[in-house]
Amino acid sequence: MSQDTLVHDDDGAVDPNLPPDPSRRFWVTTACAVGGVAGVATAVPLVSTFSPSEKARAAGAPVEVDVGDIPVGSMKTVEWRGKPVWIMHRSPEQLAGLKTLDPLLADPQSKRPGFTPPYAENEGRSRKPELFVCVGICTHLGCSPTAHFETGGGGGLGADWQGGFLCPCHGSTFDLAGRVFKNKPAPDNLEVPPYQYLTDTRIIVGVDEDNKA
Amino acid sequence: MAGEKTVETTGLLGWLDRRFPVTSTWKAHLSEYYAPKNFNFWYFFGSLALLVLVLQIVTGIFLVMHYKPDAERAFQSVEYIMREVPWGWLVRYMHSTGASMFFVVVYLHMLRGLLYGSYRKPRELVWIFGVAIFLCLMAEAFFGYLLPWGQMSYWGAQVIVNLFAAIPFIGPELSIWIRGDYVVSDATLNRFFAFHVIAIPLVLIGLVAAHLVALHEVGSNNPDGIEIKQGPKDKYGRPKDGIPFHPFYSVHDLVGVAGFLLVFAAIVFFAPEMGGYFLEFNNFIPADSLKTPPHIAPVWYFTPFYSMLRATTDEFTWVLAGAAVLGAIVLFAKSNLKGFLRVAVPGILIVVAVLLRVIDAKFWGVVAMGGTVVILFFLPWLDHSPVKSIRYRPTWHKWIYGIFMVNFLVLGYIGTQPPSPPLNLTSQIGTLLYLAFFFLMPVWSRLGTFKQVPDRVTFHAH
Repeated sequence: MSQDTLVHDDDGAVDPNLPPDPSRRFWVTTACAVGGVAGVATAVPLVSTFSPSEKARAAGAPVEVDVGDIPVGSMKTVEWRGKPVWIMHRSPEQLAGLKTLDPLLADPQSKRPGFTPPYAENEGRSRKPELFVCVGICTHLGCSPTAHFETGGGGGLGADWQGGFLCPCHGSTFDLAGRVFKNKPAPDNLEVPPYQYLTDTRIIVGVDEDNKA
Repeated sequence: MAGEKTVETTGLLGWLDRRFPVTSTWKAHLSEYYAPKNFNFWYFFGSLALLVLVLQIVTGIFLVMHYKPDAERAFQSVEYIMREVPWGWLVRYMHSTGASMFFVVVYLHMLRGLLYGSYRKPRELVWIFGVAIFLCLMAEAFFGYLLPWGQMSYWGAQVIVNLFAAIPFIGPELSIWIRGDYVVSDATLNRFFAFHVIAIPLVLIGLVAAHLVALHEVGSNNPDGIEIKQGPKDKYGRPKDGIPFHPFYSVHDLVGVAGFLLVFAAIVFFAPEMGGYFLEFNNFIPADSLKTPPHIAPVWYFTPFYSMLRATTDEFTWVLAGAAVLGAIVLFAKSNLKGFLRVAVPGILIVVAVLLRVIDAKFWGVVAMGGTVVILFFLPWLDHSPVKSIRYRPTWHKWIYGIFMVNFLVLGYIGTQPPSPPLNLTSQIGTLLYLAFFFLMPVWSRLGTFKQVPDRVTFHAH
């Protein structure tokens, strides 16, 4: 304590019991508000870094598939946007069976928006009846269902089972047109992706008349 | 120098004490923190949880030195740790076993709090910080489980992230934002790594500090649920039923540590996979975005809540809506809610009942899974029993707690199994029991003949 002038006097002391000075309160509030805006403005770019990068967006390109080599009654899986897309060649008997299932299904006519393009709003949910294309991701929580094409009780899915798909995660079942059965965890039919025929034996997944992809 | 603090200590400790609260902190939290002298077996788990936290942080640091958070290399780098890093297998098994044992210890710690009413006034904040720690642990375990990039890692993350897609309107965009891609991918792995190694641990450590500070402010509860601070005091003003934490409980807890480490080492060396419960077999297969394993289930510590998610089907929302309507009628007719609340609370329940049928069951499954954890936060205000500890509750209350515990274990078991109609029905009954335990607690917890709580803790010198 060797200062030349005395600084520890009581001349400038403020009574701690005084009410807050309204003018100072105003500026404290204003400074906090402006600082808060700056904080939020800084948070926006940080939060935005979570969105898919340009690279991830670009990876969503359409995929061409040769469908001529799929035997009747079986399917092949291709990758589109990192998701499995199933392409199944259905037999006439399998197609005939679809109609009989309507009362057991949650949305037999595929009326719910967002899962079925207009050209697939038919009994088989496909452009051509025999060839069924859908995204093999359960509409419940995104697992990939497994194919159970065997009919009857052999697969443990009940004696009435006509073939279809079973999601291993939560037990949702789908018929051979990807339509979900009633009272299962999955709320919607499997998504039919945009696709179109290039020739009779080649299709492209990820693009159609409305989606330039 | 003027203004220097006067302290009783001398030498180096005195020098430190004049600059930093060493002695006062030591006294406040250890040598003069008086804990009830009647602690039993159940009181080991708090200090054990702290031990496991330290184990996880230390082993985690060494794993990060060899692990690669990259979708192309993550699986290989974990195998590299297991096969080529000297003693890497031990560090990794300690970390994976530690994750499961953390939940074992924390579940037992929470059960202790439940049985002895350790969440009741004035310990509400201790409990709330504790539930927040539990939530953080769940997040930490979930983020960490993606890192080995095996099939279970991948599809587990896929399912949980898709939970968010069930939220009406913003859901699908939100789940893409969380993943940073249209599916779980490299971007997801990288950010989960960041959450697992830095973001969540920071929050967790802060919450653990808050949990302890809050506990030491109000003092520990005990198996009798008696406030020792309100009991008789000795001539020094110390509670007669209390003993200093150090050395009495610090040494006592070492016995718990020794017992725990025996079990822990046995698992690490002889059964690190624990029959597929601690490390699932499917996770030894590299992640494949095109193929879900035939049976996927979360790790055991999530399965009770996962069961309740699966139980919420379209039909089950009718039951829940019915329960909400019934609750609204009873509250309106019988409760002692006053004025505006008397209309508002039943009104909210009716709205919930309508929404239960309007919004997809998928969304309500997510609400069930989250809500059954979040409801724990409200426990201090749901329990209206005049006594804290289960020791002085009516005998039938013990049955209720017994049923609750068995039900929780049954739900946990069902969550590990593939879905089937009888199990689904059981899990739906289990979900109702779980919800009824909490929602009806304000009613049942005050019924019955309670026993006389003694003035002093029950204690027999050894």
